[in-house]
Amino acid sequence: MARVVVVTSGKGGVGKTTTSAAIAMGLAKRGYKTAVIDFDVGLRNLDLIMGCERRVVYDFVNVINGEANLNQALIRDKNCNQLYILPASQTRDKDALSLEGVGRVLEEMSQDFKYIICDSPAGIEKGAYLAMYYADDALVVTNPEVSSVRDSDRMLGILASKSRRAELAMDPIKEYLLLTRYDPVRVEAGEMLGLEDVQEILSLHLLGIIPESKSVLTASNAGIPVILDEKSDAGQAYADVVARYLGEKKPHRFIESKKGFLRKLFGGK
Amino acid sequence: MSLLDYFKLSKPKTAVLAKERLQILVAHERYYRNKPSYLPQLQEELMQVIRKYVQVDQDAISVKFEQDENQETLELNIVLPDTQSSGTREHVARNSF
Repeated sequence: MARVVVVTSGKGGVGKTTTSAAIAMGLAKRGYKTAVIDFDVGLRNLDLIMGCERRVVYDFVNVINGEANLNQALIRDKNCNQLYILPASQTRDKDALSLEGVGRVLEEMSQDFKYIICDSPAGIEKGAYLAMYYADDALVVTNPEVSSVRDSDRMLGILASKSRRAELAMDPIKEYLLLTRYDPVRVEAGEMLGLEDVQEILSLHLLGIIPESKSVLTASNAGIPVILDEKSDAGQAYADVVARYLGEKKPHRFIESKKGFLRKLFGGK
Repeated sequence: MSLLDYFKLSKPKTAVLAKERLQILVAHERYYRNKPSYLPQLQEELMQVIRKYVQVDQDAISVKFEQDENQETLELNIVLPDTQSSGTREHVARNSF
């Protein structure tokens, strides 16, 4: 049986797809057979971030409608043979997905995969609802910024009341916080919400902090999940996240700025 | 605190503002989210029952839901119409679930 993990946030642009790609790659690199599904019907982008946009033939909607089978639609990742991508449909509208259809496809994939990562679209409409409905775990991606924190809290309310686990009165979805685009220098200057501030409001289990990093853009330019850039701070932070998700103890990094003595003395930024 | 900070005019720390605003907002939104969804219907049905016996206005009944760590309280407040000329009589019924 697979573990279904939704990567969600409510707000757009906080790093859901970057995170989905990185986590999926990280789990697959550890040897777990992993699939990552794009739920953003009409605005697919996971294929670009994973670098497989030219290999898309069939998509999630085709599988749900029985126009293709799973093996035809799943794209095997070029960097890791344990990782498969199920792209969203670019031509249909968001109503092309159905609760029953998504359930059926996840059920079939559960036979074969260890982890299924669901990359949620922004918002709280149908695509986001379907992405989180069948989840066992939720990674709530949040930026240290007021609108993102508010939307994350809203999303937590939805996870707790509208998911399958909530409706069937099963154990609740395990919720984890992933704080992304974190800038310790600005936090120390009092210009950005710090980890403690966000935690005081959301009080979630912290899975990791991803620092604001140039490597995220360079990775997406090249279509390579940033976790494969092992020298980069964001890549290392995502590797830590995967380790913590799998139960390993890793101290949190990238919380403090790396200011030199002189810069500290003169308050340079 | 760096050396230069002592000479700078202290600027307001906007992160503190952000946190305070969020704490208020999130608490407010959680309150509305946790309210049972049956409240408007309950109010409507209570209204019908009460109107069988007394003629009251639409706003004569208020249903308030409160929640703390230990209990949830549903407070019904029914204002009965003035039958004598000596002012309003107010009957308050409270019930804890």
